Amino acid sequence: MPIKLPSFRQRRDTYPPDLWTQCPSCQEMLFNKQLEKVLRVCSNCGHHFRLSAAARLDLLLDADSFVEHDPGLQSLDPLGFVDLKAYPDRVAAAQATTGMRDAAVWGLGAIGGRPIAICVMDFSFMGGSMGSVVGEKVARSAEAALARRIPLLIVSASGGARMQEGTLSLMQLVKTVAATERLRLAGVPLISLMSDPTTGGVFASFAALGDVNLAEPNALIGFAGARVSAGTIQGELPEGFQRSEFLFSHGFVDRVIHRSELRDELVKLVGLMAPVPLAEVAADNGNIPAFRPLSFLSALAERVIPESDEASRG
Amino acid sequence: MVERLIGRGGRKGAADDATDAPPADPTAAVWARVQLARNLHRPRTLELLALIADDFVELHGDRFFGDDPAIVAGLARIDGRRVVVVGQQKGAETDENIRRNFGMPHPEGYRKAMRVMELGERLGLPIVTFVDVPGAHPGAESEERGIAEAIAKSIALMSRLRTPIVTVITGEGGSGGALAIAVGDVVLALENAVYSVISPEGCASILWRTPDQAPAAALAMRMTAADQLELGVVDEVIPEPRDGAHTDHPATAASVKAAVIRHLASLERRPLDELIEARYRRYRGLGAFTTIEAEPVIIPGRPGFTDRLRTFLGGSSRPTNGASPNATHDEPPAREEV
Repeated sequence: MPIKLPSFRQRRDTYPPDLWTQCPSCQEMLFNKQLEKVLRVCSNCGHHFRLSAAARLDLLLDADSFVEHDPGLQSLDPLGFVDLKAYPDRVAAAQATTGMRDAAVWGLGAIGGRPIAICVMDFSFMGGSMGSVVGEKVARSAEAALARRIPLLIVSASGGARMQEGTLSLMQLVKTVAATERLRLAGVPLISLMSDPTTGGVFASFAALGDVNLAEPNALIGFAGARVSAGTIQGELPEGFQRSEFLFSHGFVDRVIHRSELRDELVKLVGLMAPVPLAEVAADNGNIPAFRPLSFLSALAERVIPESDEASRG
Repeated sequence: MVERLIGRGGRKGAADDATDAPPADPTAAVWARVQLARNLHRPRTLELLALIADDFVELHGDRFFGDDPAIVAGLARIDGRRVVVVGQQKGAETDENIRRNFGMPHPEGYRKAMRVMELGERLGLPIVTFVDVPGAHPGAESEERGIAEAIAKSIALMSRLRTPIVTVITGEGGSGGALAIAVGDVVLALENAVYSVISPEGCASILWRTPDQAPAAALAMRMTAADQLELGVVDEVIPEPRDGAHTDHPATAASVKAAVIRHLASLERRPLDELIEARYRRYRGLGAFTTIEAEPVIIPGRPGFTDRLRTFLGGSSRPTNGASPNATHDEPPAREEV
């Protein structure tokens, strides 16, 4: 009777997925624990893995400074959209796998001791797509930043507008941009950090309009999907097309920053753009006060108060 | 694509679709509308202006790079009222279509639009925009010159321009390329116009994995003018002549003119501050969501179960900041277009 020896070779070939991750760029196998320690950047080739919203907040903000707002926003199904799967099923599946309610999280926190409003998108939730909830969160974060006159940081990771909500998703471009435009007019800084990927309607709205546009290395950033571009135009796409460095060289990104230097850069930037010691703002972190109008907007005072959900459709 | 470019479902085919009772199949009905919206002989900005405006002086160039023939902009007089007009322009013939890039604007088109709309604000003239575009040009030059930035900036500008804006969607309302000049106080749509977040072909190839399902995608996205009215994205639908706008330009122009004048007159009566705030509120209120009682789903920095267990067992120290306990879900696919 043959003795069955355990096959060590086989064990080496099939890496347990919960322990190892293969770098999609250089195929190196990376030990997950080690990968977490180096901020999910491949130690071999420098590939920046995508970060969850939670990991991103943890990376950027001062420890324990974050307070989430509006965690209960939940998308509806305004069109009754069904493709190969019904839209509510897709949302439910994404909620189950990510533990998030939609593709963005917003709240108040601090960077280097200075309070900021922050909105972070998460690609793992339906490709980070922007529907009504994401648009609403971006708009609310902008309105909160304006009310408090604190900088707004938006971290984008999105394939674009969410098709399943039709033109209502498209309208989120206006909703978000109109809100960030008010920041601009009021002299409140907007920092846009683009991570992989930032495309379509998200890039064609608030992500492109930061007072400072930052990007992680080699992130895919562009308007049209590569397939659309390739299908519409003849000829080769330029080298590095729609990558951070391409946008940098064409003047649409201020800085391409390695993840390990990101927090330090942001501390510096926020300090330079909003040099106000605002310790008192941190005290009432928990509840957003009614909108405090700026003096020059006083005529609009009552009407600019961020409305709660009655105002929204459905 | 070729069929679309040469105007399949042109005068004859489309008219057949429209004159008969609506097809029983809703998918076919919607698809017939999409074909009507794309009909090569539909009146575009210049054709409409020729019939609507008493005077029109077209202005050219964005002052940075060049002039985009896919967008026309200028000063006009309509029914005695001076206005600024911005609109997309496809060509009716192949030669003209090639010259006008099949109506797909480059960044310089939107920058020209912004320049002229800003001029309108300074001169105190209301703005009328005509939207008919498959989408902004998706090519490499377009990206190099910042098509996304141009669209975003145009939306931002329109959201705050201190002058009334009336938008008419006359044909295809193709995503961001349309929206960039469609942020009106009032948005009107011709009966057979369509408005969507992505082309039905694009939607189908992503969600159905084949562009052949475009009609199904068109139905699912509810992109017809009537659907858009129901969603609140469009405020009023302008009826077309019985067989469609392409069969009777003068009648179409007359309806468009009447609706535009009526809305301009009512918008001009409103104080500017109130107008701008109402515009902000209009778009601020578009969206469908609900609020449920929920704990914050994300509490960064709190150790996960295994870490707490390790701490409890007196294990080694874990990094206090930087690496996250919540970052362990698998890397999503390298590229997902949504």
